[in-house]
Amino acid sequence: MTQFEPVIGIEVHAQLKTNTKLFCRCSTQFGGEPNAHTCPRCLGMPGALPVLNQTAVEFAIKAGLALNCDIQHKSVFARKNYFYPDLPKGYQISQFELPICLNGHLDIELPDGSTKRIGITRIHMEEDAGKLVHQGAEAIAGSTHSFVDLNRAGVPLIEIVSEPDIRSAEEARIYMETLQLILRYVGVCDGNLEEGSLRADANVSLRPVGTTPFGTRTETKNINSFRSLERAINSEITRQTALILSGGKVIQQTRNYHDNTQTTTVLRDKEDSHDYRYFPDPDLLPLLVSQTQIDAVKTTLPELPNAQRKRYMEQLGLSEFEAMVLVQDIPMNHYFTAVLDQNPQIDKTELAKWLVGDINAALKEANKGFDNCPIQIAHTASLLTLLTTGKISGKMAKAFIPDMIQTQKSPDDLLAASGGGQIDNSDDLGPIIDQILTQNPDVAEKIKAGKTQSANFLMGQVMKATGGRAKPDLVIDLILKKVTG
Amino acid sequence: MSSTLPLSAAELVEQFKSRKLKVKSVVSDIFGHIKASEPKLNSFTALTEELAYQAADKMDAAYDKGDALPSPLAGVPISIKDNINIRGQKTTCCSAMLKDFVAPFDATVTQKVLAAGMVPVGKTNLDEFAMGSSTETSIFGTSRNPWDLARVPGGSSGGAAASVAAHQAFLALGSDTGGSIRQPAAYCGIVGIKPTYGRVSRFGLVAFASSLDQIGPLTKTVKDAALLLETICGHDVQDSTSADMPVPQFSAALGQDIKGMKIAIPKELSGDAISAPIAESLENAITFYKSQGAIVEWVSIESLKYAVPTYYIIAPAEASANLARFDGVRYGNRDRSSATLQAMIADSRGKGFGDEVKRRIVIGTYVLSSGYYDAYYLKAQKVRQLIKKDFMNLFQTYSAILMPTTPHPAFKVGEKINDPWSMYLEDISTIPANMAGLPALSVPSGVTNGLPIGLQIIGKPFDEATVLNLGHHLETQFNFHHRIPTGIQDLLK
Ligand SMILES: [Zn+2]
Repeated sequence: MTQFEPVIGIEVHAQLKTNTKLFCRCSTQFGGEPNAHTCPRCLGMPGALPVLNQTAVEFAIKAGLALNCDIQHKSVFARKNYFYPDLPKGYQISQFELPICLNGHLDIELPDGSTKRIGITRIHMEEDAGKLVHQGAEAIAGSTHSFVDLNRAGVPLIEIVSEPDIRSAEEARIYMETLQLILRYVGVCDGNLEEGSLRADANVSLRPVGTTPFGTRTETKNINSFRSLERAINSEITRQTALILSGGKVIQQTRNYHDNTQTTTVLRDKEDSHDYRYFPDPDLLPLLVSQTQIDAVKTTLPELPNAQRKRYMEQLGLSEFEAMVLVQDIPMNHYFTAVLDQNPQIDKTELAKWLVGDINAALKEANKGFDNCPIQIAHTASLLTLLTTGKISGKMAKAFIPDMIQTQKSPDDLLAASGGGQIDNSDDLGPIIDQILTQNPDVAEKIKAGKTQSANFLMGQVMKATGGRAKPDLVIDLILKKVTG
Repeated sequence: MSSTLPLSAAELVEQFKSRKLKVKSVVSDIFGHIKASEPKLNSFTALTEELAYQAADKMDAAYDKGDALPSPLAGVPISIKDNINIRGQKTTCCSAMLKDFVAPFDATVTQKVLAAGMVPVGKTNLDEFAMGSSTETSIFGTSRNPWDLARVPGGSSGGAAASVAAHQAFLALGSDTGGSIRQPAAYCGIVGIKPTYGRVSRFGLVAFASSLDQIGPLTKTVKDAALLLETICGHDVQDSTSADMPVPQFSAALGQDIKGMKIAIPKELSGDAISAPIAESLENAITFYKSQGAIVEWVSIESLKYAVPTYYIIAPAEASANLARFDGVRYGNRDRSSATLQAMIADSRGKGFGDEVKRRIVIGTYVLSSGYYDAYYLKAQKVRQLIKKDFMNLFQTYSAILMPTTPHPAFKVGEKINDPWSMYLEDISTIPANMAGLPALSVPSGVTNGLPIGLQIIGKPFDEATVLNLGHHLETQFNFHHRIPTGIQDLLK
C-alpha cells in the first residue's frame, strides 16, 4: 500500500500590539461597546485617507528580524478588493507583491531533541476587518438581521507565511508554539489564540513517500488553539488519505475546522475564490525603510528564547528544566533578570530554583503572578543572600515566602520577628541536642544499632525546640557524633 | 444689483480695508444675486447662508477694529465644490448615492479657507463624483455657461466655474483629476489652476482617482488664484501623498520680468488638432510672449497621444476601488427591498450610481482583473512614467509649456452626452498635466463668437510661481475679469 507524506505550510495572522490602528489613531483595545473605537478613516467615510502607523512598521520589522528575514527597503501597500459589510472601504489595505519581510526561517526543536529549520516565505502587513453579529441564528443564514461592529476594522496584523517544510501535525504545533513565544518575546503580539490575536490557517497536501512534486492542497481555517491545530491537520490528513486510497482526488479548496466533531467541511472551492484585483494603493506612498532604521530596531531586539535558554544553561549553570520554564514564562523571566541586574553577585542557580519552585508556587497559591509581583526585587535578593550565607535554612525561607507575599515584609524583618537567624554552631546546638537525646534514649539506641535514618526524628525535635532555626546538616552531624562518638 | 460683485477678490479686500464696503453687505448682495441667477445657472447644490453670515460678522469686527486679519482674503465670499467636505453640511458629489450624506469632518482645505476668514457661500454643482466634462451627469441637473445659457460650463467643476464667472462668488475651490478645474475655467472665461500633485491636501476631498486628484482655485484673476493657492497649500499629515515642500508667496512673484525665459509649444496640440479660433489665440499669445522677451519654441512630445487612453485606464481603475466604500451599509443610499446581503450591496450601488459612474467602475474593474491587469493597468502605469519623463526632459531646457486648455470652446448642453469618447477627447490637453503631476494654469485668452477661450501654462513640479507669473502677464492683455457674462447681463450691471 502507498505510504503518504503530508506537506504542510502554515499562514499565521498575528495582531500587532500597537495602541492604535494601522491607518488611524483609534484604540486597538479588545472589547468595548460596538463601534466605540471608530473614526471617519476606519469607517471608510468619503474623503478620509489612511495615515500609516509607524509603530506598526517598527513591530513588523522586529518580527521580521526575530524570524531571520530580509527586511525590504521598499515595500508597497495594495488594495485587496472585495465587498463585505465588515470591510468599510470595499477593499482591505494589505501588502501583496512587495511585502516588508522576505526569506526568513524559524528553528524548531522536535521531541527527539533534534532541530528542524522551517522556512518563512514572507511577512506582510495588513489591516483587519470588522465583524458581523447575526441575530436569531449562529450564521447569516437563518438570521433575522445582522449588526456590524467595526472596532476591529483597521487593527494592524502581520501575516507570516511559512514554506511547506512541515511534515506532521505535531511539527505544526511546535512551529506555532515556537512562533508564539518569539512574537511574545519581542513584544509585538499578545499571542492569544482564544482572543484571536494569533490565528493560523493550515495548508495541507499529501504525496507518496519518496516523491518530490506536491499534491493538491487544501487550506483549513477556523483554528483557535494549539490542540485544534494538531487535530485539524490530522483530520485533514486522514480525510485526504482515505479520499486518495478510495480512488478519489483532492480538490483545491478552503475548508473550515469544527472542534466539536474534529472534522473539516468545505467553505469554498477554488472556482468560487475571489479575484481580488490587487493594485498599489494610490493613497499611500511606497513604504521606505532605511538600513539605519533597521539597525535601530535591531538594537531594541531582546535575546531570543533559544539563545537565552542556552545561555542560562551554559553560562549561568541553570538546569535544563529551570532554563526552559524561565524562557517560557515571560513575566517570571523578566523578574529573574531584574533580580540579577540589581544583584549581580547573587547565586543564579539558587535564584532560578527558588523562582521556578517555591516562589512561583506560593504566588499561584495567592492568585498572584510575576507581573506586578508583590515581592519586591530587593526582598527576593535578600532572601537569597540569607539562604546562601546560611543565615536561614531552606525551611525558614519557605516559611517566609507566603508572608512576604501577604504582608510585603522583608525577609530580614521576618527573621528578626522569628527570634533570630539560623543556629549554626555546635556550642549553641550541643546542649539542645544533649537534652533531646536524654529525652529519647530508645531512639538513640536505634541509631547506635545502625538505623541512622532515625536521626531524622531527633532532628524534628531539635527543629521544634529551635523554632526551625537549627542548621539541619549540622544537627545530623552532631547527633551522629554524640550517639556513636 | 450692486456693482461691487464684479470686483476681483483682491480689489474687494481693499474696499473692506477702507471700510467702503462691509463684508456683511457684500454677503447679503451676493446671496441676493445668487437667488436671482440660480434659476438660469444652477451653479449651486446648496447654500451655506448661516455659515456665511457668521463668518461675515466676525470679519467685519476684525476690519472695524483694524485687528490683524487672518489672511489677505479675509471676508471674501467663496464657493466650494460639492465633493469637498464642510463639516455638518451635505457632501453629495451630485450623486443619488450621497444625496443625504452629511460630512462628519472638514476637509483640510475647508479648515484652511475658514481659518483664513473667507466666507463660504455654498456648495457647487459637478458631474456625478467628478466624472465628466459638462456637469450633465449631476443629479441636480446641468449647470449653465453664463456666457451662453444653452451651453455647458464645462466640468466637472462646472458649478464652481459658473459661480465665479457669473459673480456669484469671488473665489471657488474645485478639484481636477483630468482637467476638471482648467476646462470649465476656460469655458467660462476665468482663471483656474491645478497645483502640483501633493501641493494641496486631498484630505476631505471625496476621491475619484487618488493619484491624479488635486484641489485648486478657480478665480477671476491670476492674482486671486495666487492668493488662494498660498492659503490652501502646504504639507498635511492627514494626507500621506501631501508633499513636505516650502510654500512660496506666489502672489509676490507676479509681474516679474520674463525676458529670456524659454517656453515650449507642443506641435501635437496645435494646427488641425484644435479649432481655428483657439489656434489663433495661441498664435497671439506666442507673439505677446516674444514681445516680452521670452524665447518661444515649437517642440514635440510624442507620448502626448497616449495620455487620453492611458488616463481612461488609470482613473477608472482607481475609481473602481475608491467608490467601493459606497455599499449602503454605513451611510448613503441603501436599497431596503433586497433579500440578501450581496443583493443589498449590488442594488444600493445599482440604484445609487448614474450611468457614467457605472461605466467607469466597469472599465476600472475590468482593467484590474486577473489576466488583464498586465495588459492594461500595468502597461498604463509604464506609459504614465514615459509621459512624465518626456515632460521632465523638456523642463531641462524650458521653464514652461504653453498649449490650449481645450481644443474647442464650450459645447451645447446635450451635444456630447451620448458620445462618451468625443467627450473624453475634450480632455486631450488637460490630462497630461495630471498624468505627470505638474502644475497647470488656464487663463482667459480671448473670445470667439461670444464664447471665452483659454490657454494653458504647464510648469515644473512645485513651480506654480512661474506658471502664475506667465499667466499674469498674458492676463493683462485681455483684462477679462470685470466683464459681465452675456447670459446674466440683465441681472448684473
Ligand atoms: Zn479609526
